[in-house]
Amino acid sequence: MPGNSLPAAVELVRFLPETILVLLGTLIMVLEAVTGDRPKTFLGHLAAAGLGLAACAAVYAHSSPGEAFSGMLVVDGFTTFFRLLVYAVGILTVLSSCQFLTRERANTGEFYALVVFSVAGQSVMVASHELIMIFIGLEISSIATYVLAGFLRDDPRATESAVKYFLLGSFATAFVLYGIAWIYGATGSTELTAIRAAVDTQAGREGAMLAAVAAALMFVGLGFKVSGAPFQMWAPDVYQGAPSPVSAFLSAGPKAAAFAVFLRVFETAFGSIGPLWEPLFWISALLSMTIGNFAALVQGNVKRMLAYSSIAHAGYILVALTARSEVGTAAVMFYLAAYALMNVGAFALLGHLTRKGERFQKVEDLAGLGSAQPLAAALFSIFLLSLIGVPLTAGFFGKFYIFKAALDSGLVWLTVLGLLNSAVGAYYYLRVLVVMYMREASEEVPPVEALSGGLRAALLACSAGTLALGIFPGPVLDFVNRSATLIR
Amino acid sequence: MTDTVLFYVFALLVLGGGVLTITRKSAVHSAIYLIISLIGVGGLYLLQQAEFLFAVQIILYVGGVMLLFLFVIMLVNLEQAATERQFNKQWWIALACVLAVGAELAYVLYRGAAAFQFARPSETPPAPGMGNTEILAQVLFSEYLLPFEVASVLLLVAVVGSVIMAKKRI
Repeated sequence: MPGNSLPAAVELVRFLPETILVLLGTLIMVLEAVTGDRPKTFLGHLAAAGLGLAACAAVYAHSSPGEAFSGMLVVDGFTTFFRLLVYAVGILTVLSSCQFLTRERANTGEFYALVVFSVAGQSVMVASHELIMIFIGLEISSIATYVLAGFLRDDPRATESAVKYFLLGSFATAFVLYGIAWIYGATGSTELTAIRAAVDTQAGREGAMLAAVAAALMFVGLGFKVSGAPFQMWAPDVYQGAPSPVSAFLSAGPKAAAFAVFLRVFETAFGSIGPLWEPLFWISALLSMTIGNFAALVQGNVKRMLAYSSIAHAGYILVALTARSEVGTAAVMFYLAAYALMNVGAFALLGHLTRKGERFQKVEDLAGLGSAQPLAAALFSIFLLSLIGVPLTAGFFGKFYIFKAALDSGLVWLTVLGLLNSAVGAYYYLRVLVVMYMREASEEVPPVEALSGGLRAALLACSAGTLALGIFPGPVLDFVNRSATLIR
Repeated sequence: MTDTVLFYVFALLVLGGGVLTITRKSAVHSAIYLIISLIGVGGLYLLQQAEFLFAVQIILYVGGVMLLFLFVIMLVNLEQAATERQFNKQWWIALACVLAVGAELAYVLYRGAAAFQFARPSETPPAPGMGNTEILAQVLFSEYLLPFEVASVLLLVAVVGSVIMAKKRI
């Protein structure tokens, strides 16, 4: 309305983290231009510091929870948790890519700026309470990641990865948009609370079919972003072709944000027609776990194996979504935090172990690492053991809470099949460990450089986090349980 | 009555133009059919009394975006594309999927539309002098201010990304 068009200070505080990120991205672009030919590693450190500042702002914003900008944004525990998670993924990504980019002669400021912009988009996604905002956030995040996937332009694999991701990603986004159009046509609103009110009046009647179609369309688009089957086709090719730090980022950041949107939209807006969309999640969870694990079994390429394993992990998270309960929501949040730490660590370290040009991606190329590079081998073991779900690692508690939530909701069969699947999964991770420690290095493969600087710090942080969540899950679990109540 | 007839005419332009866009072999022909499709969308806006969107649709999409499309098409080498096959072997599977999804959506609309509360135009008549354009402006700069501002970040990212992809040396 005219007269009060200026937003209140508290609203600006609630939007402060995103503001910082956008300014940071722009600043990095400007500094990149004015510093000429100087080495650009300091821009990576600047990006990490800025993301840390944004995390502080997110914590500060958490002290004044509520809506902002006429219901477009919501700051609650859920928002704060996911904001901090995507910022952490951003920090780990930029720290672990400095060395990688220098090695590949592509250490430029644009890389860091794109990571920061992508994180800003994910931050908008997780804080939004309105479908248009969610869509804009999703697009900011996606467009930046399309470019990041093809950042090493002279590498044909990276180019293939970028083109594939771009074409399929745009197609998937169109489904989200079509779903938004349906829900707007049916309820006259794009605000989640208003949609919920409209859908509630129709629950259990024929009119609910329209909302169910909208839910199904949005499921297609978001399912693509989290690489849940049957929309997982792109993931192995994209993760394998993209530069490893980017694969690390793709498998954690955008996925966490897309799962946050899943929870927000399906639990808030479509909560009352849950029985209609639950079968979708059931089938998708089972397919993702099975396809991911069994395809990973036969991979000789470690990077591709991790890509299939990330499909399987998306399946486990979808099991918790199928539970449709607050325990399930909390389990999703905890698992995403655990998964982000171990998977970013695994991919980032793999980028280092594959040597210059990422030429040595085979399982056998890791032979003898245990004696040549004890630290790198130990860190990789922690990440792989956590991905298996061995006790004392984050992955164990993550899986435990997911299957507990599923059992609480009576999903016995899905739980049994999920547990069988994680047993299958143990085989291919253990194979890598065996090769690393039990086999001699071959002569043709050049030795791995020592870990240094930012990469070392990022990997130590990932492994420390993985172990901390596995030994003392209490504090994070408390926070997650308190924030699993979404604002309706 | 006139409205209904006009609606079907414009809808035919949108859908026919869209189908021809993806089936023509020559990129220039495709672009021209896309223009026809976009003009059809503009017509649908006009039927809804959304004059501003109609003007934007014609000036930006038909005038600006499509002109750039045509320029780019003329700059890139199309001789190779023209000799390649337009459809791959799976096209009939795709057609079957499209028909199945279309039938499903049509069925749901048929069954559900009567029961569902569609968005109704607001009960209170707009204040005098408040056309579609004025209302749109007021909503855009008050309620939807944040998406409007954040969309500029989206454009910035797209520009930066395309420059990185196109630049000779990063």
